[in-house]
Amino acid sequence: MGEVIVITSGKGGVGKTTTSANLGCGLALSGKKVALVDADIGLRNLDVVMGLENRIVYDLVDVVEGNCKLKNALIKDKRYAGLYLLPAAQTRDKDAVSPEQMQKLCQSLKDEGFDYIIIDCPAGIEQGFKNAIAGADRALVVTTPEVSAVRDADRIIGLLEAHELSNPGLILNRLRVDMVKKGEMMSIDDVTEILAVEVIGVVPDDESIVITTNKGEPAVTDEHSKAGQAYRNITRRILGEDVPLMDLETEETWMDKIKKFFRRG
Amino acid sequence: MAFDIFGFFRKKEPASGSVAKDRLKLVLVHDRVDCSSQVLEMLKGDIIKVISNYMEIDEDELDINITQTENEDHSGTVPVLYANIPIKSMHRNAVKDAES
Repeated sequence: MGEVIVITSGKGGVGKTTTSANLGCGLALSGKKVALVDADIGLRNLDVVMGLENRIVYDLVDVVEGNCKLKNALIKDKRYAGLYLLPAAQTRDKDAVSPEQMQKLCQSLKDEGFDYIIIDCPAGIEQGFKNAIAGADRALVVTTPEVSAVRDADRIIGLLEAHELSNPGLILNRLRVDMVKKGEMMSIDDVTEILAVEVIGVVPDDESIVITTNKGEPAVTDEHSKAGQAYRNITRRILGEDVPLMDLETEETWMDKIKKFFRRG
Repeated sequence: MAFDIFGFFRKKEPASGSVAKDRLKLVLVHDRVDCSSQVLEMLKGDIIKVISNYMEIDEDELDINITQTENEDHSGTVPVLYANIPIKSMHRNAVKDAES
């Protein structure tokens, strides 16, 4: 039986789409059959992050309106076995789909034999959000260690509970350990103390995300990327493994050591 | 990178991480209680009206706010309505009225 996981955040620009792409790809690399669904109708992005923008023929709205079969709209990612993308429509708006239609779509994907259906939720708390969570079995909330992002995450957690999606997993994105150490950024503990939800992963701020996204390849496939490692760990936790949070300490350079020496006392 | 000589002697301000955390906590208290500033103003007006029947209060110095405090079993925080109402004087007749 498949599981529908919605990736949401409230605030825009915190890394929902990147997270969706990486977790979808990570799960596929673990041998699962995965459907990535872009629910951000009107502002589709998951296709470019995945590097599949040139292969779109039909989209989510076409499927919902019955213009094509579900199978015809699903784009098979040839690089990773078992990974499929259902792109959003670019020229329509959020009202083109209803929560009931999304529930039906999620059920159809489960019937197709998908193990995981990852839904990339649009920013905001309006119709698009309601559509994206309608068919979900589980929610993951992405936030960054900033006041505005955590505030929106708190609101989203409340709304998810109201829609019977309680105990969402929290993904703390773009953490800078060096800044946390100096006390210039909220720590993992600070954020969890405030939000009181389970952390399913911490992703360090990493240049490799920019580079891999530029190329249209998820960072999760990059062995040397710290963020990629974080996403691989989250993937394993989704699969039910007990993986400790990774050590985010970066090696000190000699310059850091000298600075530290002078700061002592 | 220049060494910050002046920063070395200056008294340290609190790190911005803890400033962020404190601001966030306060914002969330208001968000979670779901009490708009309009409602708070109405509440303030009503409180002034009631208390003014008994005593003369300093309306300019009056401070009513929603904030948070540790709960009884120290396991977390709960929102509280905090009111600081400076009294200028008691209305004598208010006490007499109550007695009669």
